[in-house]
Order: sequence, then structure tokens, then C-alpha cells
Amino acid sequence: MNFDLGRVTLVALFAIVPIVGIALGMRAPALRSKIPVLVAFFAGLIPIVSLYIPKDFMSGDSGMSPRLDQWLIIVAAFALLLGITNVLSVNNRKINRREPGWPYAVVLLTGLLVTGGLGIYGAISKQGIGLLPDGSSTPFNWITVYVFQSLQSTIFALLAFFMASAAVRAFRARNTEATILLIAGGIVMAGRVPLLEFLAAPFPPLQPSAAAASQGLGKATEWIMNIPNGAAQSGIIIGAALGGASMAIRVILGIERGYLGLGKGD
Amino acid sequence: MRATASIFLLLTLLLTAAPAAASAPQTTPPPPPELPAASDFKAVDRPGDSGKAILLTWKDPATLPEGAMIEVRRAEPPADEFMTLKMVKPGTERFIDSKAEDGKTYRYELRVRGMETPDSLGIAGAVGPALVSDPVSSHDNWFRPERTNSLIANLIFITLILSSIAAARSGKPIFIRRIAGLNAVDEAIGRATELGKKVLYVPGIQSMDDIQTIASVAILGHVARATARYGTDLDVPNKDPLTFVSAREAVKAAYLAEGRPDLYREDMVNYVTYDQFAFTATVSARMIREKPAAIFLVGYFFAESLILAETGQSTGAIQIAGQADPTQLPFFVATCDYTLIGEELYAAGAYLSREPVLLGSMRGQDFAKALLMVVGITGIVAVSLGATWFLKIVQTQ
Repeated sequence: MNFDLGRVTLVALFAIVPIVGIALGMRAPALRSKIPVLVAFFAGLIPIVSLYIPKDFMSGDSGMSPRLDQWLIIVAAFALLLGITNVLSVNNRKINRREPGWPYAVVLLTGLLVTGGLGIYGAISKQGIGLLPDGSSTPFNWITVYVFQSLQSTIFALLAFFMASAAVRAFRARNTEATILLIAGGIVMAGRVPLLEFLAAPFPPLQPSAAAASQGLGKATEWIMNIPNGAAQSGIIIGAALGGASMAIRVILGIERGYLGLGKGD
Repeated sequence: MRATASIFLLLTLLLTAAPAAASAPQTTPPPPPELPAASDFKAVDRPGDSGKAILLTWKDPATLPEGAMIEVRRAEPPADEFMTLKMVKPGTERFIDSKAEDGKTYRYELRVRGMETPDSLGIAGAVGPALVSDPVSSHDNWFRPERTNSLIANLIFITLILSSIAAARSGKPIFIRRIAGLNAVDEAIGRATELGKKVLYVPGIQSMDDIQTIASVAILGHVARATARYGTDLDVPNKDPLTFVSAREAVKAAYLAEGRPDLYREDMVNYVTYDQFAFTATVSARMIREKPAAIFLVGYFFAESLILAETGQSTGAIQIAGQADPTQLPFFVATCDYTLIGEELYAAGAYLSREPVLLGSMRGQDFAKALLMVVGITGIVAVSLGATWFLKIVQTQ
């Protein structure tokens, strides 16, 4: 049997160290906050080191870095169970106490239990959750297609209306910056659609001029999108990348502990 | 006599024709066309990899007949018989055998193959002289040399951050420009406290493997401390289960740190669903029904950003958004009262806590940015003057 260094190291770092830490933390409470920082240090360090060290135990197909990603999925699956438990307990409490909006909690729990139950039934009866051999839907699939996906599309479609209302608010020329935004937005919108050709369609003598003006607007749009907009976006991206890297270093070194709810002196 | 002569003639003809018919299959085939050989053929372990790969390089012959291919063959012990691996088009001049086993010794053969008479497998035809490599085996390496520039850049960046932190620890005052969105955090929570309404905090829809979510949960820790201090209600709906668990721990620890564990409730940080638009519908409905006084939309958002922000705006809540990715930023800028743009999101933890060590790291980050600007301007000048070597230095792989 081959000694798998990557696997052994991962187990030591992310299983044994936390368990020992929890056990010691019962006697020394100060350790409780140090163990998560230690785990974060190793979890952050391994992917970075694997960028530069291609050794099989580190970044090979079954190395520490890819295996860490797989562990994340497993941990997420357990976290999902905690999430479902939370949904059940929070909504159950809401119904029991008849809190405002409790009927919505009834609808939610009914949806969760019915859909989940049909999914489990599909697995137990070996029907699955897709289509039956005769091409008809399983109950789970029917709910997914005719209820769930329709509701999803409805919510997504709202975006068009919200976009229009947000644009109206953004394009109010209240000050110099908003006026520049309004003009730039107007040019880009006009340059992206054949608006002038459409307006000139009933007037044939105006059509060549409209086509030329439309071309000019198209070029102006490209310039706005590529030069000022592109430069600003690049600036934001570079700044954000450095900020993200700096944040990552702070997290890995245990300097930034706000995500653990810890601050200075904790 | 005439009949005898005819029989003799017939026999003579038969006897002379038989050897001619027998020798027909033995006719020497036309000689194969002269195919040239490749040169500089080398087989080495592919540098800077995790093993299981051999890199073959060569130089194609100057002239090749039309349709000719380069045939790569491999021999491995114990049989040591060459088997075809791949037919490579001329001009490629490299091949990576990614089916090698680490530690096993291979020999490779390279030859030009004319493809004018291919068989059913397409590998028949005349062959040129073969080049055979030295024995080679693959193994995993300790360093990726092609990433040396990235390593140096990262080491410089880390040095700048750590030295700035050390300077901050020594008590040197550090100036940080005012960030309106972060100054408004206390204002928003104070407003919620005065109105007796809740604070709604949405930490994005991504998991904890996204640095923006980590930054968001760090800000949530500060917001939770403030709500614990003021006794304001807090609601944190989550889409991702890992973020949910982390946010819950952060809020719980914040209430404990403020000495108000009695105010913490399990349903403050709650899980909604893993579906993007079902989550959006739930949070939007909560905004409309419960009318929170302050809404934080901080983290990574996709199409739901505008739906959430517009709904929040319609309820009259004070809204603070934050995202580092520029795709959704215009929506937040258009609809929220304050927006943390790009790096401001990552600076929030340091800004809100005012811890010298965290502020020091921001100073180091600014030094790195200045250095990057110098490198960028140097690159623009160098490439404009035709110095393409600069591109090779900064190119990452």
C-alpha cells in the first residue's frame, strides 16, 4: 500500500488539529479562537503553494489542493443539512407563534415537504426524478417544470421593469456627473439600436443622412465603451484584485478575523 | 512433319511463357520516395508539472512532401517494441505524452510518414529514417519555473503588506481616506434603532470560497456588534449553506463579544434556499412585508442585484451595497444610497475596526498599487519603443 502524503497531511490538518483543538479548548478557552485561525491558515496556504509546487502530493490529480476542493463540497453538503434544519425550525416557530406572515411559512413548509417527499419517493421507487420510460413526467419533474421553473422565469422577468425604473432614476440630471451620465447613456442607447434609420424611414430624402449619423453614433458608442468605460473598469478590477489579495493575506495570517466574529483582543 | 513442328513451337512457347508468368509477382516494387528525417529530437520529463508527462521536441525537415505527417512512437519495457502514439502535423514540432507512468523508462521514435497511400487506420505509407530518443522517465517537480515572475511579484506584495503592518504596530499614524459608504454603516443602524425596525443584511449569493463573501461576513461581524450594542433586530437571509454557517458563527460571536448573548436568536441568521431566484423572491418579500430600516447588500451578486436593490429602494430603507466585480456595480450605484466599489469592500473590515494592524495592511496595499502603476507605465513605454522583452517578463502562465 502506497503512503499518500497529501491525504495524510489533509487529515492531520483538517481533522486531527480541529478535534484536538476542540478538546483542548474545553480546558483553555483562549484556544477556541486560535484553532479556526489555524485551520484558515492551512486552507489558504495550500492552494497558493500548489500554484508554485507541482509535486503530485500537492497539486496532482489526487493532491492536496484538488482534494481540498472536494472536501469543500462534502462540508457544503453537511452545511445544507444544517440549512434545511434551520428552515424547518424557523418556519415551524413562526407558525406556532402565529407571527405576522405565518401563512407564508405554511406554504413554504408544504412546498419543501411535498417536493422533498416526491424526490425521496422517486429515489426509493427507482422512478428517479426525471421522465418515466413512457416519456411522461414523474411527479417531481412535473413540479419542477410546471411550477418551479415558471416561478423562476417570473422573478427573472421582473428584472426588465426594475431596469427601466432604475434607469429613470439614474438619468435624472441633478448635477454635473449625472448630466454626463445621461448624455453618455443616451449616446450608447442610440448607438446600439438603428433609431435614426427607423425615424427617417418615412422620409426617403433623409435616409442617407440618418444612416451616416447612425454610423457616427455607433462609433461614438464603441469609443465610450472601450476607452472611458474600459479604463474605469480596468481601474476597478486592478484595485479590487489587489484588495482581494491583501484581504486573503490578512485572513491567511489570522490578522483579519472579522469573518469569525472576532475583533481586537478576542 | 508440319504437325510435329507446330507441337514443338507450342511447347517452346509454353516453356518460355511459364517462367515469365511465375516471375511476375516477384517484380521489384517502385522504390519509396525519399522522405527526409526530423532533427534535434529530444525527449525530456515535462518541466514544472505534477508528473505523468514527457515532452518531445524536434525540428521538422526543411521540405516535406504534401500530406506527410510526423509519426511519434513509444517503446516501453519489457517488450521494448515501438507502438504508434500519435500522427502529428508538420509545424507542431512538439508533443506531450500525457499517458506516461512516473518512474517507468520509455524510448521514443520519430519518423516522417508519407500519407499518400493510407490504410484503414490512416497510418500507412512510406516512412523516412527514424530518430530514437534517449531513455526517459517522468516524475513530479518541485517548482514551476514559468511562474517565477508571479512568485516574485507575490513575495514583493507580501513583503510590502507585512512591513506596513510592522510599521503600524510600531505606532506610526496611518491616514486612510474617508469612505462614505462605511461612515454610513453606523448611521444606517442608528436609524433602524430609532425607528424600532430591523436591519437586513444579505451577504451575497456565493459561498465562502469567494473572497468577497469572506469580506462581507467580516463586515457582518461589525454590523452585528453594532446591532448588539444598540439592541436592534438583525436579519441575515442566506442562499449558500456554507455562508449561512459562517454568518451564523460570526453573528453569534459578535453578540457574545459585545456581552449581549441574550439578544442573539437562532433565526437572526437564517437559511432560505439554494435557488437564486427563489432566494430573491423571499428576500424581496421580506423587504416589502417587514420594511427594514437599513438594508446591506454586500458580497457577490448576479442578476438578482437590481431586483433586490430596487425593491429595497421602494420601501424607503437606507441601502448600503458593496461589490468588487464591476458587472453589477452600476445597478447598485443607481439604486442604493451608498456603494462600496471594488477595493473599498475589502477595506471595510480595517476601516470599521480601526485596528492599526489592519490599517497597516491597507497602506501596504497602496504601496503595491503605486508599484504596479510604475510597472504599468514602464511597460507602456517599453512596448511602445518596441522592447517586447518586457512582455515576456510580465507574462503569466
